[in-house]
Amino acid sequence: MAVAKRELGKQRSLSGILLDYGIVIAFALLFTLLAFQTEAFLTVRNQLNILDQAHQIGLMAIAVTVVIIAGGFDLSMGAIFAMSGVVAAFVARDLGQVEALAGAAPYIGWIAGVGVGTLFGLLNGLLVTVLGINTFVATLASGIVIRGLALILTQAEQVRVNDDAFQTLARGGIGDVRNTIFLWLGFALIMTFVLTRTKFGRHVFAAGDNPEAARLSGINVNLVRTITFGISGFAAGLSGVISASKFMKAQNDAGQGLELIAIASVVIGGTSIMGGEGAIWRTVLGVLLLRLIENGFNLANVDTFYQDVFQGLIILLAVALDATRHRRNS
Amino acid sequence: MESFVEARGISKAFQAVQALSDVHVTVQQGHIHALVGENGAGKSTLGKVISGVVRPDSGTLIVKGRAVHYARPRDALLDGITTISQEISLLSKQTVLDNVLLGQENSVGGVLLRRAMLAEFERLRALTGFQLDPMARVSSLRVADQKKVEVMRAVARNAQLIIMDEPTAMLSDDETAIFLGMVRQLKTMGHTIIYVSHFLKEVLDLADTVTVMRNGQVVRTSPAAEETPAQLVTAMLGKPMAQMYPTRTPPPDVAPTIFEVDDLRSDVFDGIHLKLRAGEIVGMAGLVGSGRSRLARTVFGAEAITGGTIRVNGKAVRIRSTADAIRAGIYMLPESRKEQGLLLKQSIRHNMTLPHLDTVSLPLGIIRGKRELDRMTLIGKAVNVQPLLPNNRVSRLSGGNQQKALFGKWLFQRPTVFIIDEPTRGIDVGAKQAIYELIADLARQGLAILLISSEIEEILGLAHRVLVMRLGQIVAEVRADDGALNEQAIMRAAFGTEKSERPAEETHR
Repeated sequence: MAVAKRELGKQRSLSGILLDYGIVIAFALLFTLLAFQTEAFLTVRNQLNILDQAHQIGLMAIAVTVVIIAGGFDLSMGAIFAMSGVVAAFVARDLGQVEALAGAAPYIGWIAGVGVGTLFGLLNGLLVTVLGINTFVATLASGIVIRGLALILTQAEQVRVNDDAFQTLARGGIGDVRNTIFLWLGFALIMTFVLTRTKFGRHVFAAGDNPEAARLSGINVNLVRTITFGISGFAAGLSGVISASKFMKAQNDAGQGLELIAIASVVIGGTSIMGGEGAIWRTVLGVLLLRLIENGFNLANVDTFYQDVFQGLIILLAVALDATRHRRNS
Repeated sequence: MESFVEARGISKAFQAVQALSDVHVTVQQGHIHALVGENGAGKSTLGKVISGVVRPDSGTLIVKGRAVHYARPRDALLDGITTISQEISLLSKQTVLDNVLLGQENSVGGVLLRRAMLAEFERLRALTGFQLDPMARVSSLRVADQKKVEVMRAVARNAQLIIMDEPTAMLSDDETAIFLGMVRQLKTMGHTIIYVSHFLKEVLDLADTVTVMRNGQVVRTSPAAEETPAQLVTAMLGKPMAQMYPTRTPPPDVAPTIFEVDDLRSDVFDGIHLKLRAGEIVGMAGLVGSGRSRLARTVFGAEAITGGTIRVNGKAVRIRSTADAIRAGIYMLPESRKEQGLLLKQSIRHNMTLPHLDTVSLPLGIIRGKRELDRMTLIGKAVNVQPLLPNNRVSRLSGGNQQKALFGKWLFQRPTVFIIDEPTRGIDVGAKQAIYELIADLARQGLAILLISSEIEEILGLAHRVLVMRLGQIVAEVRADDGALNEQAIMRAAFGTEKSERPAEETHR
């Protein structure tokens, strides 16, 4: 019987490794392929470029990983992205007119933008927990409302900022490394620590795994879920503010569909959409894998029309793997 | 008399667990054949082999004199074999008619023939004598009527053999009585029935033949008329029941009252009073739905309290959430291990330390991993979780070890009051005995224990005192030292005086 058990363990680990670490293998393969294929790929400039471009989806994907582990979903991130950018640009522009605050206006704008994003995220959390609305529906609807509010605020016109200080968030950096890279990889590290080393992190996993068991263990599941939505609002807000900072302007229709790419990155990384399991490093690799594909296609001068098909197929593959994993575990 | 089904040397292993080994059973045509045994004895697995849900590793299944190899339930259905299980398996939002004729709809080119279906339903209604409205939604029916729908569906599918797996487990007593009537009716209609149940008196009352199973093997098959409940229990356990339970140590006379519930009110409860002394195991008996688990949940803060006082160690505590209860020293091991207890995707370690992370954390909730692991290992050894691999998923443990891990989870910090709801559901005999020892030991250490169980033997074997609940009220108290602690006394109170005047066989489940 002991022998049988050991063999059983072996079987599980062999196919299990393929299922569990598919993202690592895929990433390594693609990276190697690109490195050999095109000389331009492995340059420091290109690598930093990939990392910089990944910040937009990266921030949101990391945050929504936490939401998904806790058993939720956030479809309002694209709208919060737009709203936060608009608020940041408005505040930076209009406070700039006030003599006493002119110097600080760009920075207050950043903070206001991120703050509004966080606030909308927390409101999503309340919709989901207090009113008990399904997270899909709640955030789909709130996304429409938030984008509508952004439209009312801007009257469909671009909000332009003139103070160059506003631009430093997105375009500033240390040496050749942009702030954006520090921001999103730093966020990844912090969220990794939170998920794996803190009480709150354990509660996030518990809430997504079995909310009733979590509640009967003394955990305030509603509070935990609400905070996860606050985190995704924060990240979508930050991403939107960085975008406004980069282009020195914001508009109500920015960031459409970004939430879907973020969620796709999470799934590609191998975090289960069923909740209760997953990891930030997976999402980081998922985000980078999509960037590599785009980068590779561009460097190889492949028609961009094919990219969408290829990305879609990869997402399908990832979801299929997740389903397979689930069947095995149950 | 000819046999309908014959199992010849059937064996089946699930991973390392031998669920069935060399099982020989013959089920006679037109008989009610009961399978009894502890949880994990293999009775359900045998039912699943016969109904084509599970494929045996070896052995032969003979149906109506012919060796069969079912690959799926549909194959068994073609031989007239179907199953009715503990849970209702109906499309609850559809009508009775749709459910009864599911998969057997009269249609032409995919278009349903409403009139023909109603005629067929009428025929079935006449045959079974069940008065059901074909247009009623299943979700609007009471559970006993939903069971009728399942039985009608079985008849509609021309089932000659119906395997019933714990069919009455979710039914109240009067619903059970109705259901048992249906089973007898099916027998007179010529159906053969395999009846899996752990309600022994129900089984003896109903069955022609009883097969006792233990650890995947058949202990014996004999006519029901020759068996008594005590004989069956001894055969199921492999030893007399008395040896299953640890010696009862009554709390010392000076033991103080450490848990007091005074006039507790909520949506379901109207003035509940409870007192538990240190070192006391108080059993909580009652029928399914009598409110035992809900009372436990209410006291534990999982359901809203609208009034009354709860005192722990003499101090009034306010309980508005489970976190409040835990802080006050009231812990609860919930009724359903998988649905309410375990985080199946998490490790043994994460499961066991979840409620008490504060005790191993720095400020800001940063967990001290080493300390957590050390404490968890200590507790894991004390409750004897095997194998104690802290980072393995808890779902990979056996049922008994999962339950031990849950005990460990609640003993990570020492409670004052420990509410234990169905501690041994679905675990094997060895693990049961270990858990009984653990419970008795905790009481000896001075904890007050409120033990809820549907297995009356368990309460009789462990409790110093038994409270009986009926319809959301505590209706009786029976003490072990009065010598009045027996099953009859408890059941009488559980059913209420009116029914107790009827013979026990009729009402007992």
